[in-house]
Amino acid sequence: MPSLPPIRPEDVAVAEKTRPHGAFDPPSDAHDPVRAGYLMRLGDDALILGQRLSEWCGHAPSVEVDLSLANVALDLIGQATLLLNEAGDADTLAFKRDVLDFRNCWLVEQPNGDFARTMVRQLLFSTWQHMLYQRLTASRDEALAGIAAKAVKEVAYHRELAAEWVIRLGDGTEESTKRTLDGLAWCWRFVPELFEVDAEVEAAVSAGIAVDPRDFEAEYRAEITRALGEAGLPVPDDQRPILGGRRGHHSEHLGHLLAIMQYLPRTYPDAKW
Amino acid sequence: MPVNRYLTSMYTTELSKQPNVQPIGPAEDPERLAAFEARVAADEFIEPKDWMPEAYRRTLTRQISQHAHSEIVGMLPEGNWITRAPSLRRKAILLAKVQDEAGHGLYLYCAAETLGTSREEMIEALHSGKAKYSTIFNYPTLTWADIPAIGWLVDGAAIMNQVPLQRTSYGPYARAMVRVCKEESFHQRQGYEAMTSLANGTPEQKQMAQDAFNRWWWPSLMMFGPPDENSPNTAQSLRWRIKRETNDELRQKFVDITVPQAEFLGLTVPDPDLQWNEAKGGYDFGEIDWDEFYAVVRGEGPVARERITARREAWESNAWVREAAAAHEAKRRAKVAA
Ligand SMILES: [Fe+2]
Ligand SMILES: [Fe+2]
Ligand SMILES: [Fe+2]
Repeated sequence: MPSLPPIRPEDVAVAEKTRPHGAFDPPSDAHDPVRAGYLMRLGDDALILGQRLSEWCGHAPSVEVDLSLANVALDLIGQATLLLNEAGDADTLAFKRDVLDFRNCWLVEQPNGDFARTMVRQLLFSTWQHMLYQRLTASRDEALAGIAAKAVKEVAYHRELAAEWVIRLGDGTEESTKRTLDGLAWCWRFVPELFEVDAEVEAAVSAGIAVDPRDFEAEYRAEITRALGEAGLPVPDDQRPILGGRRGHHSEHLGHLLAIMQYLPRTYPDAKW
Repeated sequence: MPVNRYLTSMYTTELSKQPNVQPIGPAEDPERLAAFEARVAADEFIEPKDWMPEAYRRTLTRQISQHAHSEIVGMLPEGNWITRAPSLRRKAILLAKVQDEAGHGLYLYCAAETLGTSREEMIEALHSGKAKYSTIFNYPTLTWADIPAIGWLVDGAAIMNQVPLQRTSYGPYARAMVRVCKEESFHQRQGYEAMTSLANGTPEQKQMAQDAFNRWWWPSLMMFGPPDENSPNTAQSLRWRIKRETNDELRQKFVDITVPQAEFLGLTVPDPDLQWNEAKGGYDFGEIDWDEFYAVVRGEGPVARERITARREAWESNAWVREAAAAHEAKRRAKVAA
């Protein structure tokens, strides 16, 4: 026997925590499409934004920023794993679906752009996700409530990080102000989708699983207005809402993201990694 | 005062073959120098506020900053696979690893700054090509198998070389190494575990694993630096408690530990001369291609340009972010003062 690296208890803990269900395990609530569909929306939002953020790795404005972006990406990938494992098998869902089956919103699939756009996108999303998860801790679905309770602390940090950067950049120099305004102009049309309630969400709300996002829309608007105010930035005029992500109708960007993310499991369908 | 150009070869390789004599400046008081040498000899830590010879300060600054640069440049070959990791678990593990490497870079820059050089100056030196980083990161990560191979071999070689640095004479560096080594050994085990999946996997995965092993084996052995006969100042390094074992001793240790690990995975070591030597209780192995090593040290590695360009672009294209943060901070302070 060679001197193999010993496996320590904490390695096993990490492995257990991140190990997806086997590909042939029955999804825990496969018979409940309302629940699975709602979990997939939440899981896909986290997965796609985590994937986007990890594109920054090694290319951020400073080592500190590189660290914090990787940290946020890691949190989001962890949340996606938990949520998608409740909806079915996380790896199968992440790597074997095509664009029409992804339920994430348009905001999270937007290309990173410059650092200002990345941070604006993060502020707009994390502020929403934080308010949502706060309420989901009271979901009648115990598994979802547990995931939300764990994630809400992570998301509070994401929101704070993004708000701090938007304030710095909004206030900083002429160039950074302009770039932040451009990022805001780019992302603003995707905000209404966060508050869209369709029949699926309605059903999940009635089942006590989901939260109606319109309950906190005013609070969200107030919070974003406050953060932008602190950054010295005006709240943009409303733009025509771009919708469709929740029904699988996405931007052109998602297909490219998936082509990269899914290439290995699709090229080697029989392989286990 | 002689200073070893290859103090620790790991992450700090330099090509320069200047005579290793750096005279003590006239201002350096022989009594202080003797007291310093005595403290080092007694295995005491030297701290930032302590007096130290200029040559010691210079050498350490170079060594620690080059180690820091290696951690940061090392994020690029691995970062290359985060978006393509084949499962959510592997993606999370790789993200966490690369995040750790950024953390290592940070502690090391901080440790180097205690010697009086700013981080900006160190980064300038990296971008201008004046400062080096480990040769290993100038090779491309071609397939997914390169990620397990790096964790297993590159982090493995790093640990072997850095464990002794936990007792190096400069306090901030030694303390940074304690934390770094803990995380590197975690990375190595995860790399080996991921390699096991490939080695036990489909024929394509096995082939991928063997190919990665073939490409990373020799560069990993080069990480220990030039052979001892070209690294003549080991005695001085030992005296300064910066080095405890020679390049060749560490390299031999690495080979002896790694070969059985490869065999356990069913991988073939790409060295026809590899042979167990009962008498020395270790493996004999083939000649390292030192021309290749020196070429990569000179900056001629296959993706050296890509690496340094990526670092420069990240720095330069985001300069406006750092300027904005500084401007905001200045305004905030002015407001507080008013
Ligand atoms: Fe490291
Ligand atoms: Fe290292
Ligand atoms: Fe490492």
